[in-house]
Amino acid sequence: MSIVAKFQIECFSCIDADGHAVAELPEFALDRDVLIELYRWMVLTRAFDERAITLQRTGRLGTYASSLGQEAVGVGLAHAMLAEDVLLPSFREHGAQLVRGVTAGEILQFWGGDERGSDFSGPRSDFPVSIPVASQAAHAVGAALAFKLSKAQRVAVAVLGDGATSKGDFYESLNIAGAWNLPVVFVVANNQWAISVPRADQTAAATLAQKAVAAGITGLQVDGNDVVVVRKAVSDALEQARNGSRPCLIEALTYRLSDHTTVDDASRYRDDEEVSAHWQAEPIARLRKHLIAVHGWTKEEESDLVELCAAEVDESADAYLAESPQPPETIFDYTYASLPQSLVKQRGELLALLKDADNGTEHEQ
Amino acid sequence: MAQLTYREAVAAAMAQEMRRDPNVVFLGEDIAAAGGVFKTSVGLLEEFGADRVRDTPISEQAILGATMGAAMTGLRPIAEIMFSDFFAVCWDIVANEMAKTRYMTDGQVTLPLVIRSGNGGGSRFGAQHSQAVENWAMAVPGLKVVAPALPGDVKGLLAAAIRDPDPVLFFEQKSLYATKGEVPDGEYVIELGKANVLRSGTDVTIVALALMVPRALKAAEQLEAEHGISATVVDLRSLVPLDTQTILAEVAKTGRMVTVEENPRLCGWGAEVSSIVAEELFWDLDGPIVRVTTPHIPLAAADSMEDAMLPNADRIVQAVRQLVD
Ligand SMILES: Cc1ncc(C[n+]2csc(CCOP(=O)(O)OP(=O)(O)O)c2C)c(N)n1
Ligand SMILES: [Mg+2]
Repeated sequence: MSIVAKFQIECFSCIDADGHAVAELPEFALDRDVLIELYRWMVLTRAFDERAITLQRTGRLGTYASSLGQEAVGVGLAHAMLAEDVLLPSFREHGAQLVRGVTAGEILQFWGGDERGSDFSGPRSDFPVSIPVASQAAHAVGAALAFKLSKAQRVAVAVLGDGATSKGDFYESLNIAGAWNLPVVFVVANNQWAISVPRADQTAAATLAQKAVAAGITGLQVDGNDVVVVRKAVSDALEQARNGSRPCLIEALTYRLSDHTTVDDASRYRDDEEVSAHWQAEPIARLRKHLIAVHGWTKEEESDLVELCAAEVDESADAYLAESPQPPETIFDYTYASLPQSLVKQRGELLALLKDADNGTEHEQ
Repeated sequence: MAQLTYREAVAAAMAQEMRRDPNVVFLGEDIAAAGGVFKTSVGLLEEFGADRVRDTPISEQAILGATMGAAMTGLRPIAEIMFSDFFAVCWDIVANEMAKTRYMTDGQVTLPLVIRSGNGGGSRFGAQHSQAVENWAMAVPGLKVVAPALPGDVKGLLAAAIRDPDPVLFFEQKSLYATKGEVPDGEYVIELGKANVLRSGTDVTIVALALMVPRALKAAEQLEAEHGISATVVDLRSLVPLDTQTILAEVAKTGRMVTVEENPRLCGWGAEVSSIVAEELFWDLDGPIVRVTTPHIPLAAADSMEDAMLPNADRIVQAVRQLVD
């Protein structure tokens, strides 16, 4: 017998749940302003989530997936990216999208069923939210291939959930990324739950990061509630991918403090005690503690920031609500680059029907 | 008779068959502890235990591949694909494997399995969670395709599907889950492949499936009350087998047919039904066959846009009036 392969998975953290540095902090994390910026993005993300849920509860938004408790993953990874990189988000990465420059109004439009919300005014090359779980991993491989062939110094960053790592396309994507050595980083936001299925029932593997090992790419774990280590790890992985040395999979350990979505009731399958315990480790409080202890963050600064974030969200929500819905015929207009002749008649028939309905013919579903 | 919701009828049928046959097992995403994301399997984990009611990882290919392997090895599995759109993720196993294996083993291998799935629109789930895909399944030789509209039929047809020796795709219309209807108590099974004449008329025969059935019935009432037009409504209930006898008999009586389909227009099941009627009944028809469908577009998540696209009672009334008047 001889041992032909061996592996180990490292787990990194910088700031613990009490706000203490547990490792030498990266340069950026010594800068008060940078930390405040990261903090602000997380607070804004949480304020956004809260508002979105209120809008949903009052019938003004569709089903919504909150990122409560996982803000550090999205904010940390997006903050590490360069503008020219490309984000391929799951449906729970509002924080990442906001940092990338997708507007809060656009995110609301998306969840309100208005496809204009995926026509980002900011990061034009970022991908829309991927709804079929894990499919974005494969799209990221394609984006990375395009970068590699055009010799662009850009990296594709796909964000997936823990549940997504059970899918075939996830494994296939890691494998091709390794085989072709593509500039891609996969970030797994392991929030311990995939709807009602806990992480332990998802796979017998001790870590999700080790799935990288089989694909021959770098795999590591980070404390996903520590925005500093997320930013650092993603930044290093981006650098490595940008140099063409190796793709990377980062498993960020976090926790879904919310229900799966607004139509879910997690109390059906998950104990409240488990959730309360995880509140002790959530990302915003810990960075606040760190800011107070190390950078003299004051109560006034805190309340100003919270107020500003609330105002920003208010403004976006108001603008979203003021927007009138898209006319139905836009579905025809945007389904093909140019509508095939054989479908033009259907468009006309639909318009005629809608006109009839408007003119007061009986109207119901 | 009990008044049950459509979703309760799903659970009732599975429970009935699991009590009867220990080889019936059930697997899918979020079906056990959570009782299904559409609450269609509430109580099954408690009654039958975690061996027979199994939450899976998010692995549609493995779910259906395992369903097939288990069916070939003595179990009678029911699999759930949460949203029928995600059949696209695992279609190889359905179309290339399940559908072909009996033939390719010279009839020796049997696949007594059912794949249940939440299908169709009307619930604001958007383009990738709202498709009515029964016509994808109908296009593959070797599959049976069932899509009930009424809670009683859900129970009887799902039970029959579980007992059937061939792979059955069982499409549950998501927007019907909350609807209520009479469901017979006790063991209840309805033969697959029998259409149901829900209403008899003299002027036109409306042929519908799933969510379009209540809309067709509503249209028929409106036609009668407001326009003096008497309509037959046929609920197909199953596309494979297709009850051509009932369709032909009911269309022959009225001389006119309107099909009402939720799927996008091109190659919807109504095109198949229309071609059968055109071939067999051409000389008995008093007017052209008319298809009412969703246009050939993806569905929107926004309510006003989704409502504008799916056929509703008004559209059916209008189509019938143009044909009959
Ligand atoms: C291919 C596919 N299967 C099933 C679903 C339904 N679904 C939506 S989210 C989800 C759970 C995802 O869990 P995870 O990957 O951990 O992400 P999280 O929701 O925790 O962010 C499932 C099963 C889907 N969208 N796509
Ligand atoms: Mg998860």
